[in-house]
Amino acid sequence: MITVTDLRKVYRQGSRDVVALDGVSMSVPKGSIHGIIGHSGAGKSTLVRCLTLLDRPTSGTVTIDGRELTNVKDSEIRLARRRIGMVFQHANLMDSRTAAANIAHPLELVGTSRKDTEARVAELLSLVGLQDFAGAYPAQLSGGQKQRVGIARALAAQPDVLLCDEPTSALDPRTTDEILDLISELTNRLGLTVLIITHEMNVVKRICDSVSLLEAGRVVEHGPLQEVASHLGGRLAKALIPLPATPPVPGGPVVELLMVGEHATEPVLSGLTRRFDTDVNVLAGSVETLAGERFGRLRVQLDERTDMDAVKDYLAGQGVSVEVAA
Amino acid sequence: MNLFEELANNPGITKALPEAVADTLLMVGVSGFFTLLIGLPLGIFLHTSAPGGLRPMPVTNRILSDIIVNITRSIPFAILMVILIPFSRLVTGSSIGPLAACVPLSIGTIPFFARLVETSLRDVAGGKIDAALVMGSTRMQVIRKVLMPEALPGLVAALTTTLVTLVGYSAMAGIIGGGGLGRLAYNYGVQRFDTAVMVVTIVIIVAIVQIIQLAGDFAARRVDHRSAAGTTRRRRRPSRAAAPAVPAADAPAAEAPATDDARTRV
Repeated sequence: MITVTDLRKVYRQGSRDVVALDGVSMSVPKGSIHGIIGHSGAGKSTLVRCLTLLDRPTSGTVTIDGRELTNVKDSEIRLARRRIGMVFQHANLMDSRTAAANIAHPLELVGTSRKDTEARVAELLSLVGLQDFAGAYPAQLSGGQKQRVGIARALAAQPDVLLCDEPTSALDPRTTDEILDLISELTNRLGLTVLIITHEMNVVKRICDSVSLLEAGRVVEHGPLQEVASHLGGRLAKALIPLPATPPVPGGPVVELLMVGEHATEPVLSGLTRRFDTDVNVLAGSVETLAGERFGRLRVQLDERTDMDAVKDYLAGQGVSVEVAA
Repeated sequence: MNLFEELANNPGITKALPEAVADTLLMVGVSGFFTLLIGLPLGIFLHTSAPGGLRPMPVTNRILSDIIVNITRSIPFAILMVILIPFSRLVTGSSIGPLAACVPLSIGTIPFFARLVETSLRDVAGGKIDAALVMGSTRMQVIRKVLMPEALPGLVAALTTTLVTLVGYSAMAGIIGGGGLGRLAYNYGVQRFDTAVMVVTIVIIVAIVQIIQLAGDFAARRVDHRSAAGTTRRRRRPSRAAAPAVPAADAPAAEAPATDDARTRV
């Protein structure tokens, strides 16, 4: 389990201070995958550097399984880091080492015997599906294969936590899905706790159990995937279940509806039409499955004469969230 | 009398030349060894102590980089040689002969090589260093297991360039008492108007430079795994030979003094 409490990082840039992280807190239970999403400049990279202690946070703490990383002495940072496996956007493999030697790299640092290293490397190679590429140099591997080697390397020293910094941002969509599935599978198999930093909502949708939205160094929204997706007005909900933009249309009020779980499949609209004897014009709609739950989102235009309060009451009774669009 | 017979009977070639070649190789070899021994750690230190480096030491870096390295590099080698005569005598017990010449040769090329090393190391992507640090590497482990192996093709190329430069410098050193091919060309070619010896000397200097460059390029390709073609069945493509930018760009420039020095004295 990872706990981050009130993490702050202030850089000194010339004569002024730049606040890169402004009190970030989060908690990721053991065995789950937490996504941290944000645009560039939101503080994602700083957060990664602080979590791995490549940069010392100005204040706040990072705790893994009850042991605090942030209060260790400089000389112990190395040992503290070994509890974290890290996957990078560009894999960051050593070009002078073969795939096997790259995976063996962290083992060399702790003085693992040659025999144990060989066995562990073979095991890791097959774990990531690269048994046949032990002797290949990174330049001979595809982007997805490199990332697999990177994941195997991150897991070599058996860390408790896997930290992924934009692990799929340099990959094509299909490879992205493969790598995400691999991370998800390994998480289950090895009981890892995973933090994924990304700007791609697709990553969050596909494998994350919970998510934090980082903006200007602060967590502005966070929670389990289903919870944030059910919060109709929320920014994450809008991003998780996106609707295309529609031009303003003259006529009645435009409302957005969010239906969760079994409600997503119920014929809410026809019920509405029958009950209020009104026309419902669907402007846009989308259905997504997030963390195993179905979410439906609709943008509809109602009749001008519609009694909005009654409609809201009715829909709330059906378990549907309603928001009147501006 | 044909050319070969003339050359075969020229004592400048039969007697003095083999000795001169040996002296030149001795100078290049010994100073090359010391340049590597001192210049490599110095280059690594210049890189790691720079701001944003593995262990930033701004003041020490400033002193080493700006003052020592740049000042040494800006003194023309011919002058450096003369300044260092007392020091050479102190170290080797003599101010003439190839061994004495190794002192200014090493001191002249160490900063040059250190700069090339620093440049090669700078080309190692910061992400690789971060990756190694996150694994829990010590700084020494980062240097040994990441910086050096990753920069190896560039380091080999840097050494090649340095050795080629040394051949040129050694010819210069020969004239003020170092011996070797530079002295041979000067004594026979300039002072005795023996053009044959002059030409043969130039040919040999060019050949030595060529051999060093070819061997260096070959070695650099062998240790370079950065392209997909594999190591053992690597095809020779000019684009790849030119890829480590430093040596390719520097090589012709460094080669020029070697021949120029000899020629200008005809």
